[in-house]
Amino acid sequence: MAVVFEKTKGLTDKPTHYCPGCTHGIIHRLVAESLEELGLLDKAVGVAPVGCAVFAYDYFACDMQEAAHGRAPACATGIKRVHPDSAVFTYQGDGDLASIGTAEIVHAAMRGEKITTIFVNNAIYGMTGGQMAPTTLVGQKATTAPLGRDADHAGMPIRMSEMLATIPKAVFIERVSVHDVPNIIKAKKAIKKAFEVQMKGLGFSMVEVLSSCPTNWGKTPVEALKWLKENMIPYYPIQNFRTPEEVK
Amino acid sequence: MAKELWKGNEAIAEAAIKAGCRFFFGYPITPQNEIPEYMSLRLPQVGGCFLQAESEVAAINMVYGAAGAGARVMTSSSSPGISLKQEGITYIAGAELPCVIVNIVRGGPGLGGIQPAQSDYFQATKGGGHGDYHLVVLAPDSIQEAVDLVQEAFDIADQYRNPVMILGDGMIGQMMEPVEFREVKKRELPEKTWATTGLRGRKEHNIINSLFIDPAACERHNIKIFEKYAEIEKNEVKVEEYNIEGAEIVFAAYGTVARIVKNAIKALEKEGIKAGLIRPITLWPFPKANFFKAAEMPSVKAFLSVEMSMGQMVEDVELSVKGKKPVHFYGRTGGMVPTPKAIVEEAKKILGGAK
Repeated sequence: MAVVFEKTKGLTDKPTHYCPGCTHGIIHRLVAESLEELGLLDKAVGVAPVGCAVFAYDYFACDMQEAAHGRAPACATGIKRVHPDSAVFTYQGDGDLASIGTAEIVHAAMRGEKITTIFVNNAIYGMTGGQMAPTTLVGQKATTAPLGRDADHAGMPIRMSEMLATIPKAVFIERVSVHDVPNIIKAKKAIKKAFEVQMKGLGFSMVEVLSSCPTNWGKTPVEALKWLKENMIPYYPIQNFRTPEEVK
Repeated sequence: MAKELWKGNEAIAEAAIKAGCRFFFGYPITPQNEIPEYMSLRLPQVGGCFLQAESEVAAINMVYGAAGAGARVMTSSSSPGISLKQEGITYIAGAELPCVIVNIVRGGPGLGGIQPAQSDYFQATKGGGHGDYHLVVLAPDSIQEAVDLVQEAFDIADQYRNPVMILGDGMIGQMMEPVEFREVKKRELPEKTWATTGLRGRKEHNIINSLFIDPAACERHNIKIFEKYAEIEKNEVKVEEYNIEGAEIVFAAYGTVARIVKNAIKALEKEGIKAGLIRPITLWPFPKANFFKAAEMPSVKAFLSVEMSMGQMVEDVELSVKGKKPVHFYGRTGGMVPTPKAIVEEAKKILGGAK
């Protein structure tokens, strides 16, 4: 009988702890499949964040480090400088990357660290229970913004891809989404390209993945995907910001 | 090899390279800048990598990544910068990663000053960051000793999978002294089979981590780390005893202050007062037994801890002496250095009072 689908060797058999309808599982699979298809599993080292994906070190089958909150790009820098031939990636959420870890991500990009960052943006602090993130949309309710984010009080949500795309050595920056199948396929293509950029030694690469959080958004999984499409994408456009000539 | 004149910070950096350190991540702060400066020139010459991080916070997390990847790695800073590194240091201790951290201490608290101090003793020896852990803390009193200890520090770190701190005051960093880079006996060290190098054919993935969400597992991890600390306390105490035999007063001092105290001891001797010194070289593990033994000597009337702080090590002296003899303190702080004369007067005052 023909095999039509197999779980990637890039993931362990450990059951994940993610909430029902969370899109972290899809994103884990896309990263793991990309590493496997590019033949990088044997020399990959991932860095897990603090946040919902904190246990990612148990799910990815490659070598993994668990970093302090926001510091994954600094850890990844240390790893990559020691093993320049390895495929090093960070997997970070919006609190981790766009709030407490902004210095680390900006400077890793500035140095052109040859690492790949998977930035999962779900516009909320998931693990701690739904607090306002730097990426929370204006008007969006959070446990620390009970009346919704007020731009006058808390500022406007930060667009990390746009910001990092201004940095010369951040050579591959793309925002994707996983709210439907065509976008999931596009997301995987971007993730694969980001790793190719790294392995060609071209510079820093990042894929921002718009992701849903049904639990903390207070929605069903299906409603959450619809909300993502209708509310997040207008503010966070799905777009390739930069691609180096070598991988076009 | 003949002796050469070296500045402390540069000698520490060269000693690290001689010990096989090939990675350095740092951030500028006075009075330790010669360490990163020297590393930025020397490490590329020996096939290593120097990187100036965007902050101390990033630098220590680069150390975490590199140590976790199996490298011999070092960082250096001075007091306010070490405070910033504390987050990374507790993660490094929790994940049991070997590395060497140099603290060339300046006055505090806050921005403090840039002159020599010893007011980071608590921070260095009692943990510094959150959670139960210890660094091995080595406190050289000369540039020669700094050079020897830095080399051994990497072996201690690798042997126990624990961060080691070199605690030098600003004088150790800034002064020049004759130094001989002698061959330090290398220890037999376990292979770093735990390092995240990429699988490279290995079957099971390696994980560098300090998270144990199950409280029972977290407690087990702490107990395991403390079994290691018990071994370190048993095996790694370093201490110098000076002129203890028949001493009426025993000084406790470390680093450059111990050298000033030795001058005070000579001055006291001229006045017919016998004084001795216990100089902890490892501040953690602390040479408790040496102090207790001295406390049991009939000649010893009192202890005097002399520090460039408001009184920090004195607490460990008190704990070690266990109430057997009175323990006094004399200190200057904020970058001020105690003089032999002031120490002599303090000792005479104590002995006068003890009679």
